[in-house]
Amino acid sequence: MAVYERGYRRYAGQLTTRGRRFLVVPRYALAEVMRGRAFLMFYLLCFLPPFAGLLMIYLRHNLAALKLLGIPLDRLRDALPIDAAFFERSLVLQGFLAFLLVVAVAPALVAPDLRNNGLALYLSRPFSRAEYILGKLAVLALLLSTITWIPGILLFLLQGYLEGAGWFGEQARVLGALFAGSWALILSLSLLGLAVSAWVKWKPVARIALLVLFFVMNGLGRVLEMALGTWWSELVSLRLVIDRVWMSLFGMAPQTDMPAGAAWTALVAGSLVCLGLLARRVRAYEVVR
Amino acid sequence: MQSAERAPAGATGTAASSPLVELDGLTVELGGRTVLRDLRASLAGRCIGLLGPNGAGKTTLLHTLLGFFPPAAGTARVFGRDIRTEAAAIRAQMGYMPEIDSFIAGMSGVRFVRLMAELSGLPPAAALERAHEALFYVGLGEARYRPVDSYSLGMKQLAKLAQALAHGPRLLFLDEPTNGLDPPARRRMLELVRTIRDGGEARLILSSHLLRDVEECCDEVLVLKAGRVAVYANLEEERRANRRLLEVEVRAADGAPAAPAFAGMAAALGCECAPGARQRLKLVLPDGIEARDMFRLAAGAGLQIRRLDYKRDSLEDIFLKAMEGDADGGV
Repeated sequence: MAVYERGYRRYAGQLTTRGRRFLVVPRYALAEVMRGRAFLMFYLLCFLPPFAGLLMIYLRHNLAALKLLGIPLDRLRDALPIDAAFFERSLVLQGFLAFLLVVAVAPALVAPDLRNNGLALYLSRPFSRAEYILGKLAVLALLLSTITWIPGILLFLLQGYLEGAGWFGEQARVLGALFAGSWALILSLSLLGLAVSAWVKWKPVARIALLVLFFVMNGLGRVLEMALGTWWSELVSLRLVIDRVWMSLFGMAPQTDMPAGAAWTALVAGSLVCLGLLARRVRAYEVVR
Repeated sequence: MQSAERAPAGATGTAASSPLVELDGLTVELGGRTVLRDLRASLAGRCIGLLGPNGAGKTTLLHTLLGFFPPAAGTARVFGRDIRTEAAAIRAQMGYMPEIDSFIAGMSGVRFVRLMAELSGLPPAAALERAHEALFYVGLGEARYRPVDSYSLGMKQLAKLAQALAHGPRLLFLDEPTNGLDPPARRRMLELVRTIRDGGEARLILSSHLLRDVEECCDEVLVLKAGRVAVYANLEEERRANRRLLEVEVRAADGAPAAPAFAGMAAALGCECAPGARQRLKLVLPDGIEARDMFRLAAGAGLQIRRLDYKRDSLEDIFLKAMEGDADGGV
């Protein structure tokens, strides 16, 4: 029916499948997020480290280029070995950028909906709270994936291809570590970002709260560790916890006494708490006691 | 886009005679307080008004029917579907216009309505087409590319109505639709409600504390008081019945009150009579007797009817009676 025929009529056409309906949320949210030029610039900057890694791997396997630049291959190989530590360091750097991305994006996803009572509109449709949370999580998961495990695994596959089957076999563990470590980060950061945004309801304050939470808790963890000399005080710091998780995944010697099991437990418990907080807030209407 | 379901067919569910909402001992507790108590009614009108003073539970009832709050006891059925077990299927056939300001920030009107239609299951192209239609229909056609945040209060009300209509629901919940509207905008909103009602494509439940809004649009009314059903009345039947109820002031030629004498004559014609205030007489006319017969009767007896009113038992009367009496004293 054309728009000039202005009468109310029921819709009798095809409907989309229920299971895929939550994808409507990330489609719209991503379009809104990508409209901001500042965010777009920052997002593109997040690809610089993987690009630098790509350049390094390329140079290591291109003798002509190394000769042209006057860099001896042995010196380069000694200075920057491409091994588990290389990928772990890349993940640490990308992890920090991922945190900044969460600070930029997460508050814009949930806080305005709560502030403008938009949830009643979402939930008055055949659309559940779980689908809403899943849809918002999908936005962050997609953005964070593109700057964490996807470039990491691509670099790993390129290095394996250029280095040969022997290297690939030796470092196979890195592949799983990149994937699992990235997802541990993605889920914990996304849930934290969404939970804080849902409780604060105001974008700028939510961003400040996330920064404060991350840096203050990190500092507090270090101070407590120095003051008390116990590893459990480090559990308050997301950064120290995720670092320990990554170390265990990459099979590297930890720089802390914190057991890997404790770090995993803290990460899972923290994520569940965030999910609980989020579920409490994501309601059509709050009941005031 | 893969399509799996088809929207329910047109005319089947909108027949006004079929029960729209059945309340079966519905009790809702929120924050440790019982907000709705043992509601029992079967609502079947084309447009049902939900009336009650502030805090009576009107909005809570709508929210419970939408599945926002779980019943503590009893249940309700919408189009025969139980709200406890089939909330999503019920919501698929509903459009909801909330009372409070509700929108998705940072979006243009058309994008906002399109998003809502897609969430209801419409494919993107159909959602876009219907978003345009809905915005034109409510009168926001020219403003549809403006951000919803920048709309005036009246425009936001219309945008809320557009998002409730865009997916073509069978049942519309309108919660205080005229809140904050100036008189022309209010008239326009009520006109839209009446047009939808008369079109027969969707049935409506209109919650309001404004009796006039309900009286202008609704054919049935459910009055809530302190979380209980105070009255459930069919306004059409009430209006029909009121046409048989007269109040007359009868005097003799010298101006002396003559109500008792006239009551005797009217009773002989089969009228039920009762004395009213200020020497007036209340009459219920039997079938076949009209108001003009009263004038003939008075003239024949040399009496004068100086005043004759159709006693309008208006919605206001129904509402006031409901507020005076105990709850659950339904009409």
